[in-house]
Amino acid sequence: MDKALGNKIPEFNKKQGESGGSGLAGLSAFGSGDHRSKLETIVIVLVAVVIIGGTEILLRLFNVPQYILPKPTQIVTALFTEWHFLWPHVVVTLYELLTGFFIGGSIGFILAAVITQFPFVEKVVTPYILLLVTTPMLALVPLLILRFGFGSEPRIIAVALASGPMVMINAATGFRRVDLAKIALARSFGASTLQIFTKIRIPMAMPMIIVGLMVGSIFGLLTAIGAEMVGGAEGLGNRLTYYSALIRMPQFFAIILMLATIGISIYIFFFWFGKKWASWEA
Amino acid sequence: MTKIKMAIDSATKFYETRSGSVHALDKVSLDVREGEFLCILGPSGCGKSTLLWSMAGLHSLSAGEIKLGSETINQPHPEIAMIFQDANLLPWRNLSKNIALPFELKSKQPDQSRINSLLERVNLKGFENKFPRELSGGMQQRASIVRSLAVDPSVLLMDEPFGALDAFTRDEMNLLIQEIWMETRKTIVFVTHSISEAIFLADRVVVMSARPGRIASIYDIDIPRPRPVDIQTRPDFIARVLEIKGSIDHGRGAAAGLAIT
Ligand SMILES: Nc1ncnc2c1ncn2[C@@H]1O[C@H](COP(=O)(O)OP(=O)(O)OP(=O)(O)O)[C@@H](O)[C@H]1O
Ligand SMILES: [Mg+2]
Repeated sequence: MDKALGNKIPEFNKKQGESGGSGLAGLSAFGSGDHRSKLETIVIVLVAVVIIGGTEILLRLFNVPQYILPKPTQIVTALFTEWHFLWPHVVVTLYELLTGFFIGGSIGFILAAVITQFPFVEKVVTPYILLLVTTPMLALVPLLILRFGFGSEPRIIAVALASGPMVMINAATGFRRVDLAKIALARSFGASTLQIFTKIRIPMAMPMIIVGLMVGSIFGLLTAIGAEMVGGAEGLGNRLTYYSALIRMPQFFAIILMLATIGISIYIFFFWFGKKWASWEA
Repeated sequence: MTKIKMAIDSATKFYETRSGSVHALDKVSLDVREGEFLCILGPSGCGKSTLLWSMAGLHSLSAGEIKLGSETINQPHPEIAMIFQDANLLPWRNLSKNIALPFELKSKQPDQSRINSLLERVNLKGFENKFPRELSGGMQQRASIVRSLAVDPSVLLMDEPFGALDAFTRDEMNLLIQEIWMETRKTIVFVTHSISEAIFLADRVVVMSARPGRIASIYDIDIPRPRPVDIQTRPDFIARVLEIKGSIDHGRGAAAGLAIT
């Protein structure tokens, strides 16, 4: 009996090898052959050099005035010379973003988790969430300033209002993907409601939760910058208005460069987070 | 006399739906003997899953009672483990984490030596770090069997566990589950669509009829074990298949959902 089983096992193994191979195809594109990923890096760097260098050369060739478009070298120089003036503003913007996103994101996540358990409540609440999503929070900033003054509070509130609904809508989509068989499985092993939530529902919703966090934090960043442009005396958004008013374009673009760096870092962070916690779905 | 492991007494179930109530089980009474391999056979929609899920404490009955020994089952019981159709592994956990789930839920340390010998037994040693998507359907189902056996239940409920597998893998799994049953002598209740699978595995085959779900007849299968796969081609085996098939056709005319193979 055992022998008969043993004889057939290689067939299982073969199958496993096949499916394992295809399942890991994405990864092997990364790992298989170090020279391939090296080649990719070289190409990426090369393209960047060509674009940046080409811009520099074209701008010099056609003598484009600095107030229209500064040269890359001027932008980088400005970034270094102005850095000690700029970094306190970076801190302000990041503080607003992190605080607002933490508040908005937590509320959005909890609302999503609770609301999806009660379809009726969900129906009642959803229109207001959509209203929040579609309302440009920047339009509310002047009102918030009237109420909360010129400190960072109105901007934090705006960030929370912009990122929270994004987190909530995406997380709710995740939580709605209930798999009754998986829940029954956990229950059959004696899981409590809380355990079902932490061990089944959250992991199941994780891919969508991460999407929500990513979109929400990017929305939060945009809102923080916009709110700083509207009112207040600090933050990178405020510096944008300031330098553009003075037509100091290298500094202006240096800030754009910093904002892009922050945005890309957010993206990379959540990409990595997703790889770690939601790779099973890929 | 053999002991009764689970006693089902006039189990009746109505599902309340928007389009009215569905009568899924009608006064089903059945004694499951300790250590027996019981197969439940019936056309699609006759209430097999409803009965099994109720035995697992996952569904509540509208009337009647299910007992394990002297305890009434109205919620999941640690002595009863369920094995689902498509293995039902959690895709975000690797094999060993999937198998550890039942222990985790009870805040217990996994019984690693037991798990290892079970993995060895079903030829899954060395695959502990693989994720479900990296395994074939048969391997996934073997992993889910390990997961259920790891907590050492005395009753194993299986709801069409091999229904989604191809014929060859299915034969493998049937052999494996027969061996495991002979080694452990657990009480197994096994739901299937396939008459020959039921006869191959069972000590007794319970045939259900549909709408509302009732027990139509019960057949004793006294073929000596271990039963080899090719027994299914022997004339006396086929005669049994036809006997059950014929009785269903004759009695109900509603056995379209029953496959001979
Ligand atoms: N959650 C539910 N709500 C409403 N009706 C249900 C529900 N579950 C099952 N039913 C109905 O109850 C009857 C029995 O269903 P059940 O799933 O127990 O049948 P089954 O014998 O397991 O069928 P299959 O062989 O297709 O798995 C069917 O008519 C089905 O439509
Ligand atoms: Mg069923």
